Amino acid sequence: MDRIKDRLEEIVGKDYVSCSAEERFIYSRDQGVQEPSEPDYVVLPATSEEVREIVLLANEAKVPVVPMGGGLVLSGLTVPLKGGIVLDMKRMNRILEVNENSHYAVVEAGTSQGMLDAYLRKHHPRLKHSLPDAPPVATIAGNIAIHGSGHLSQSEGGFHSEMVTGLEVVLPTGELVKLGSCSTVSAWFSRAPLPDLAGLFLGWNGTTGVITKVGIKLFPRQAHHDVLIFMTEDVDAAPDILFRVIHTGMAEDINYALSPKPDYLSGFQMIVINVTAHREDELALKLRIIRESLRDYFETKEAGFMPMPPNMKAGLLEVPQKALSRFADVRKGGGFEYVGAIMPLEKIPDACRAGMEITERNGITYSLGARIIGRGHSAMFFFAYPFNRADKDEIRRVRSALEETNEEAIRLGGIPWKAEAAGQKLILGSMEPATYELMKKVRTLLDPNGIMNPGNWEV
Amino acid sequence: MDSEYRDILHRCFRCGWCKLPTNYADFNCPAYLKHRFESFASGGRMWLIRAWTEGEITPSERFNQILFSCVTCGNCVEACAMDKIRDKLVDVFVAARRDLVEEGRIPPGVRDYFKAVSVSGNPYKRPAEETGLWAADLDIEEYNGHEYLLYAGSVASFDDPGMRMARSAAKLFKQAGLSFGTLKGEEVDDGNDLRASGEQALADFLASRNIETFNRKGVGKIITISPHSFHTMRKDYPALGGTFEVYHYSQVLALLVMQGALVPGGFGAEVTYHDPCYLGRWNKEYFSSRRVLGELKGTSVREMDRSMQNALCCGGGGGNFFTDILGTGRDLSSRARVREALDTGAGTLVVSCPQCYRMLDDAVKAEGAQDRLRVRDLAEVVSASAGDA
Repeated sequence: MDRIKDRLEEIVGKDYVSCSAEERFIYSRDQGVQEPSEPDYVVLPATSEEVREIVLLANEAKVPVVPMGGGLVLSGLTVPLKGGIVLDMKRMNRILEVNENSHYAVVEAGTSQGMLDAYLRKHHPRLKHSLPDAPPVATIAGNIAIHGSGHLSQSEGGFHSEMVTGLEVVLPTGELVKLGSCSTVSAWFSRAPLPDLAGLFLGWNGTTGVITKVGIKLFPRQAHHDVLIFMTEDVDAAPDILFRVIHTGMAEDINYALSPKPDYLSGFQMIVINVTAHREDELALKLRIIRESLRDYFETKEAGFMPMPPNMKAGLLEVPQKALSRFADVRKGGGFEYVGAIMPLEKIPDACRAGMEITERNGITYSLGARIIGRGHSAMFFFAYPFNRADKDEIRRVRSALEETNEEAIRLGGIPWKAEAAGQKLILGSMEPATYELMKKVRTLLDPNGIMNPGNWEV
Repeated sequence: MDSEYRDILHRCFRCGWCKLPTNYADFNCPAYLKHRFESFASGGRMWLIRAWTEGEITPSERFNQILFSCVTCGNCVEACAMDKIRDKLVDVFVAARRDLVEEGRIPPGVRDYFKAVSVSGNPYKRPAEETGLWAADLDIEEYNGHEYLLYAGSVASFDDPGMRMARSAAKLFKQAGLSFGTLKGEEVDDGNDLRASGEQALADFLASRNIETFNRKGVGKIITISPHSFHTMRKDYPALGGTFEVYHYSQVLALLVMQGALVPGGFGAEVTYHDPCYLGRWNKEYFSSRRVLGELKGTSVREMDRSMQNALCCGGGGGNFFTDILGTGRDLSSRARVREALDTGAGTLVVSCPQCYRMLDDAVKAEGAQDRLRVRDLAEVVSASAGDA
């Protein structure tokens, strides 16, 4: 008799608890190169109350709880490093409210990016939310919990965690709390002017509680959309080019990319600039202003705007882009690992050089790039390394590159994003001691039994 | 497992595009929708099959449930991001089932299904001579050199809603003066769902029997009631010596309407249309039924959020119609589909597959929606519009 399993089944129903080898296998690993670690139970709650009861049970039994959204983080953050209960939140996927005038939506934590997008297109076609580059099954809550970013991060206010207007959270000790305006009045319009307690759960990778509802900002959806690619072989020119494009104020999304394939584009820095507008003439004007901002460069004939075949343009206009998932099959092997590093824009050239050196040293291939966050306030620089899942040696080399990249990102003055447990230790090792102690106090206070996603942000 | 499939197992990234339709409206994989564990999505299934072939896990009752819960609807094929593997996803699942069948590791429901068909030639355990009884009082000629053979298949021969479909279609064909006949007691199951369930040898045997009968009688053109028959006769029969022109009855109805041989009247109610997977996603036939419905006077088709290539399967494919591996509950795709149909405000949910008919008709009852939604087949709707309800 497994008393915990019985209790879990009483809480969520027999169909939604599994200790089977098959579920333990699947939930023991993600798509990256981290070592697997099996859960004891996989549980699919349907309500905040069920989550609360599960957390209370976990406290009583001193069993770890690992919340999971889309499970697409690649760095093992939802792999139960110390066993216990994986809470797959995707049954909690109702869209609870859309406030058109105040531009926010309230969703349950398992709501996927794609489903919110589809819902808005159908019921509120004037509005959209910022979509990450992850596949559309990635969840809203999972993404904000790791400080994700997306296609409106440049133009509309930064990381997705900065677009949160309110949270409902089950604390590690079982209390259900609301944070932001919804804690005081009925609407979920803002985190201000209250003390910003939401920060206790954003960027903590599920180590301080289980997010059960999210209020998220919405933005105008424009009817017209186009994309430009500016190319240069001068790696050191990237910060200035980005600065100029950002300062036009005309771009919705700005990305930087560098890839060895196809061969004829190897060595080219590509600045991908997405532009949207309500009217065609507005779109044309925006495109003209962006082109004009880079006139100095293309007049030298060392750089220029790339003529794009229609199928390429169509792919770049997709949000999210399927092509980014296809990157996993570059090595005909269904895998890629990823170090995102949040860093100042001026570090992009050095990060590129570092990425190429690391991949050459480890005998692997790469795609490097960055998304501009805010009006150039930072860049989310990605070092993406595809691998063949059937090639154990390549996996080992990618793991080694991942470790080197984490170290290099910190050396360059950046911070690895959604870092795996070992990467988190590196970050903590570089952290101001007083900040480290504060993190420790916060975790001890919130989670006295240490049940929440242990092994992550371990202080 | 065939090396063709074994060599692509590791290429699934498990990125999850396969869970959704291409417009992301809601989960669109019936097995995942029902169970919600990652293991029941196509990506999870790919990883588990790989783990099995690598010796990391051993087949268990749960493993079988996961494998046999795939209804072969093809949503994953439509939505998968990986161009090099997407077309083979369902083939991999079927190949893995074949291996389980060969090893004798199959769920009891699947075993009973196989037994019934192997004994009787159909899943209903009915004697072969009863296969044409659905048309007994319709005065339809036995096939004898007619232009078309009307092949009902197992479900339209023995399941009430399916029989109503076959009868309505046959009456319309007669009314339009179409040259067609049926087989009296010589049909056996088309084999499609057996093949999808991993029982290839029995599927081939039944197909060969049908082919032998068709060839002996000089059949050139076949009209099927079931999209499952339509699919396997086009895709699998040629390799077994059966090359025929195969049409689904909705295509023939559309042709007759276009030729003016059939003139639909007014139906007097808004309708919504459910695309069967083996007609739509598998064979890209989305327009014939809509063409016919478009001719109904005073009626419009209200599309569901998930239509055409994004249609949510009724859950009746891949053998599940007979094995019921998916079980019951609110998250069954058939019930979700009925709720989606109700959202359109239409009073009639039109189908063109006898399996969809039964699955959705039962789901309307399970949802308690009998007073708001009626499931009817395309031919019944056309008959009703002409005053022959």
